[in-house]
Amino acid sequence: MITINKRQQVTWYAGMTVQALLDALKYSYPHIIVTINGDLVKHDAYEQTTVPDEADVRVIHLIAGG
Amino acid sequence: MSKSTLKMLAAFGYEVPTIDRGYAGQTLYVNVGSGTITAKPVTEDMKTKFIGGRGFDLWLLWHGVKDGTKWNDPENEVVISSGPCGGTTQYPGSGKSIAAAISPLTDVVIDSNAGGHFGPYLKFAGWDAIEVQGKAERDVVVYINGPGGQVQLWEVPEDCPTDTHVLGHWLLEQFADDEQDKQQLAFVTAGTGSEHTLMGCLNFSLYDRKRQDLRYKQAGRGGIGTVFRHKKIKALVVKGFPVKGNLNHPADLERIVRVGADMQREVATWDPVQNRMRSRGTSYLVQIMDDYDLLPVMNYKFGSHPETPKINGDIWEARYTQGLPDGCWYGCTVACAHAVDNWKVRTGPYKGSCVIVDGPEYETIAGVGSNCGIFEPWAILEMNFYCDTYGIDTISFGTGMAFAMECYEAGILDPEKTCGLELNFGNAEAALEVLHQMGRGEGFGLIFGLGIRKMKTYFIEHFGADPQFVNDIGMEAKGLEYSEYLTKESLAQQGGYGLTNKGPQHDEAWLIFMDQVNNELPTFEDKAEALHYFPMWRTWFGLCGFCKLPWNDVVDPKNKLSSEPQKIMHHVENYRQIFIGVTGQEITYDDIITQSERVYNLQRVFNIRLGHGLRDHDAIPYRSAGPVIEEEYHSREERYDQQLREWLNLDPAAMTVAEKMAAHRQYREDRYEGLIDAVYKRRGWTNNGVPTPEKLQALGIDYPEVVEVVKRHL
Ligand code: SF4
Repeated sequence: MITINKRQQVTWYAGMTVQALLDALKYSYPHIIVTINGDLVKHDAYEQTTVPDEADVRVIHLIAGG
Repeated sequence: MSKSTLKMLAAFGYEVPTIDRGYAGQTLYVNVGSGTITAKPVTEDMKTKFIGGRGFDLWLLWHGVKDGTKWNDPENEVVISSGPCGGTTQYPGSGKSIAAAISPLTDVVIDSNAGGHFGPYLKFAGWDAIEVQGKAERDVVVYINGPGGQVQLWEVPEDCPTDTHVLGHWLLEQFADDEQDKQQLAFVTAGTGSEHTLMGCLNFSLYDRKRQDLRYKQAGRGGIGTVFRHKKIKALVVKGFPVKGNLNHPADLERIVRVGADMQREVATWDPVQNRMRSRGTSYLVQIMDDYDLLPVMNYKFGSHPETPKINGDIWEARYTQGLPDGCWYGCTVACAHAVDNWKVRTGPYKGSCVIVDGPEYETIAGVGSNCGIFEPWAILEMNFYCDTYGIDTISFGTGMAFAMECYEAGILDPEKTCGLELNFGNAEAALEVLHQMGRGEGFGLIFGLGIRKMKTYFIEHFGADPQFVNDIGMEAKGLEYSEYLTKESLAQQGGYGLTNKGPQHDEAWLIFMDQVNNELPTFEDKAEALHYFPMWRTWFGLCGFCKLPWNDVVDPKNKLSSEPQKIMHHVENYRQIFIGVTGQEITYDDIITQSERVYNLQRVFNIRLGHGLRDHDAIPYRSAGPVIEEEYHSREERYDQQLREWLNLDPAAMTVAEKMAAHRQYREDRYEGLIDAVYKRRGWTNNGVPTPEKLQALGIDYPEVVEVVKRHL
């Protein structure tokens, strides 16, 4: 199980990439900051970076708009 | 100029002042009833305390009306001002106009901003604001001729059109002799719908050189167009001077050019790979809101719909004419003010005409589209066009129609009560017919045009509607219809709508992602801080004449690494520099917030003066906070059940749906009250929402007549 933004629990599976996680969450907004256990994941590494079990994942959307 | 058919009622000659550091130094007063036209000086106190734009609007309106003034009293005013930075051409989005009046929907002050050329042209013609009071006997046009140094009040003939797209061409014929004249003219107009409803909007023109035709941007909210037509004003017309980069005579043009060039580069670099405002405008938000369960669908019951791809940004990108510089003021390279050209109108009095449709923007697509269960682009375009030309706010129309449709499906309305219309969700033809009835002033359109708050009362009194049901689902607060975001899972945004001065319009605070998605505002205090900072920051745009979109819709990715990425401080710094560059006044970030706080608190006191503005008036409909009907609960049952377990330690398996909904309601309503407490405290208000005399003194707005109002409520 991993935690998203200190609130939502998501079932973990081996090989889960950041991009797969974002797709599953339907996080389609492009301006985001992703950290895993406090470490920043660069935008161009979402496809390759895997998420470890028990990870504390933060996905901060930079949208103050509307 | 050919005004042979017009009759002059009054004229006022003036010497056009040199604009000094963003200010003309005077405001224009026109009484369309008595024909009085005068100039009022802009004092140093006004500039220091209220800056311009919405600040000037409020200050002039405060002195123009009485405690008991109603929207349709002659002393109510329509006030329009841009602000000291308005008319800057080097920085994107620096030409907004802000209009204000006592609203027919809310009975308090409404402010609403628009692009177009009117506000900057007005200033360059010698006026920091125009204040129109009185009520004319017959239809009039106010003409401000900058190059001629004259303000004139003209009575127009009875065959003068009212609907904006035809009136605009008529005005060009009257006031422009050649192509250059057309470019120097700007109009404010309303439409026939403004005459028959309380949700009238103002259209602000711009002459599009490439299209060689008029375009319009709307100050939509709160029925200012209704006030305008009630005064029998057909149009405000200004003739400005050819636009150049230094018309503000800024204190430091070099600084403005430097900061502007940096931002223009940022826009050119990042917009194509980010939101693509230059090709899609704000329509890009439709799919994103759907993905995050935030798109209003069927009167805010749901947050997404399988048919959303039919109306998302890609669809509009293909429809908008591409490759034209669609800025609503000169120099705006964000250029999101798109249009669909050559739209062949399918219904109503202009059926068969080919017209320009300005937009649709996100709010219109979501309002008259998804919120009404309508996923047909043609219908959205048709309603966009008719709302604009009739002078009707697309947001109030869309949210109002969503309410009427739910009432229809709930059996409160039926064809007998709607003059034969079957107002089911998704029935675009029926929605359009209501719109045409509003234009003609007949049928169900007359009831609908009163807005949701008065519709609710009408449905209760005349159709036996259950008061609690219509109050729960009627998405208005303070009498203003909600703009187009779902707030059920964001307490902060419930406050962002409810704890506003003018009513639920998202231009004050838009905190859904920070709160609901990012979980960055976990405590009441965090939410209260955001509901202090962001409304004040966003208020400042309207004081200066700026558009908010370039602040947050195009951002260099380096912002991600800043300490407060949501504030986009490198853009805040740009705005600070432009303000200093124009006015020569050194300000800090704190000064920006204080400048806004003065105006914001004055507006709150103004509302109290008009008999509103207290805690009771900050209430929100329950659908804004949680599920009203079982269908809504079932649509997110897993989420709601989990919340019962986590938040309230309840076992949903042992509860009926009605019990689960009741538990949610109690919890969510209590949380909203807790939020109000925290926000009032942060804003320096009493527990009843009244700014304290100490707060007013600290802000330097403890004028005796202002303090007198709050003292009555301490
Ligand atoms: S960003 Fe869009 S709305 Fe704002 S000034 Fe530019 S074109 Fe107009």
